[in-house]
Amino acid sequence: MSLAVEDLERLARLARLHFSPEDVTRYRDELNTILTMVDTLKAADTSGVEPMAHPLDMAQRLRPDAVTEANEREKLLAAAPQTEGGLFVVPRVIE
Amino acid sequence: MNLHELELHELKAGLAAGDFSATELTEHFLARIVQFDPQLNSVVTSNADQARQQATAARGPLAGLPLLHKDIFCTEGLRTTCGSKMLGDWVPPYNATVVEKLNAAGMVTLGKTNMDEFAMGSSNETSFFGNVHNPWNLDFVPGGSSGGSAAAVAAGLAPVATGTDTGGSIRQPAALCGITGIKPTYGRCSRYGMIAFASSLDQAGVFARSAKDCALVLEAMSGFDPKDSTSADQPVDHYLVELDKPLAGLRVGKPREFFTAGLEAGTGARVEEALAELEKLGATIVDISLPRMDLCVPVYYVIAPAEASSNLSRYDGVRFGYRCENPQGLEDLHTRSRSEGFGREVQRRISIGTYVLSHGYFDAYYLQAQKVRRLVSDDFARAFADVDVIAGPTTQAPAFKLGEKSADPVAMYLNDIYTIAANLAGLPGLSIPAGLVDGMPVGLQLVGPAFTEGRLLNVAHQFQQATDHHRQKPAAFFGGSR
Repeated sequence: MSLAVEDLERLARLARLHFSPEDVTRYRDELNTILTMVDTLKAADTSGVEPMAHPLDMAQRLRPDAVTEANEREKLLAAAPQTEGGLFVVPRVIE
Repeated sequence: MNLHELELHELKAGLAAGDFSATELTEHFLARIVQFDPQLNSVVTSNADQARQQATAARGPLAGLPLLHKDIFCTEGLRTTCGSKMLGDWVPPYNATVVEKLNAAGMVTLGKTNMDEFAMGSSNETSFFGNVHNPWNLDFVPGGSSGGSAAAVAAGLAPVATGTDTGGSIRQPAALCGITGIKPTYGRCSRYGMIAFASSLDQAGVFARSAKDCALVLEAMSGFDPKDSTSADQPVDHYLVELDKPLAGLRVGKPREFFTAGLEAGTGARVEEALAELEKLGATIVDISLPRMDLCVPVYYVIAPAEASSNLSRYDGVRFGYRCENPQGLEDLHTRSRSEGFGREVQRRISIGTYVLSHGYFDAYYLQAQKVRRLVSDDFARAFADVDVIAGPTTQAPAFKLGEKSADPVAMYLNDIYTIAANLAGLPGLSIPAGLVDGMPVGLQLVGPAFTEGRLLNVAHQFQQATDHHRQKPAAFFGGSR
């Protein structure tokens, strides 16, 4: 199958990206080229094969629920574009 | 003294013997960077002042030995950009574990190296900070994504440098720049503080002039880390001890799928010569098959973008990184910060990832790719029942010209055709110089079973004891000295 401009606009919205009208056709063509290459996967016989999510098939480790890290709030906030009173500032969300 | 011509272990011995001081060593390489990097664009941030301090205070097994870090590793107090406008002025509040370990070993950080944006690229042309040039010919690419690290080591701007490898980003630039580079087993080095691209594939490693130097640094940067939930909880082998084992009886698999029409003739010839050399050293070459090789690039371009689209959702213009001017509401803030902060290749991969994970396509693309990934891994397991290591070309051809493949993403992606399989299966791989084709270097790739880094370094070291490909240097940066 092949993606249309409307599909690209939908993907952009999902990924919180914006493509200009000139860019959107170029991205569409590039994605279609890539997906044509990727589509060769569909012919592979994978019946009865377990999906491999992780190269070493390891299980997620657990640790005791105890505080191990220092509170680094000030250090972390220092990298934010805008803060106030120890909080991240964003544009008004609720009118 | 031409300190930049020496290998790391020779510099280590020189420091111990008092032939020169750590300060002299640091100043030498800082001066090399100032003199030569304008031609290469391999270093994006200098750490000169800190480096001088580190050199005077250095303690540890690698005390006073300088290195460059790929700009994907977080360095506390030192700008870390990941090659992106998104992190153009970001200063991390902590060190990556790899950085922490190499600091603790006494190494001196000279600066941070250029790279493809968020490690997405095979030519170092997607960096926000401009492309890197190949020291063997400035009109050619150095490979990617760790192109800055590879070019800097090849040009003698640092004796070693760190890198990361998600689909070939250490081995491919090592091959194209004529140096040695190793990607260890998935989980061998901590991913903590290593900016995430594709979490089930990303692995840290190192570039150097020789396998012996790689062994020195890899041993210091490896090991279990409770801060990385996928870190391998098993002891690190003593790679240096294994280097001197003879190769008699070694079984080397030669996968026939690596030697097909796509392999450029000169590159193929150098690799055949290298295999013949291994045979002379006592190895037996065994013809093997990895039947799903042709599916590795398609699998990768589903799994890597899928994981990337998820990992890169954190860049929202709120907590750190680039924020657009005058946002009109929260969605506009997210959307414009991301569209303005990410470059084209990153937006392309986020779009692919979003598509293959979206409702209705997940099974056909993502789940199918994960199933084929297992088949690829099974192919390796079958091959390693008969052989100790697998050997073949690292790339299909030597470096290509800047701009040559920029317009065709699929042609660019095929650069990693021989390297991706090891990432999919989580296996260690390395590339060593195998000689020149029309004056440009090509690499021999070795891949082994999980946690056989010691064996791979041993084979590479024995090869380098018998040959001098790894001693070839780009003349423009080593004027008249060799």
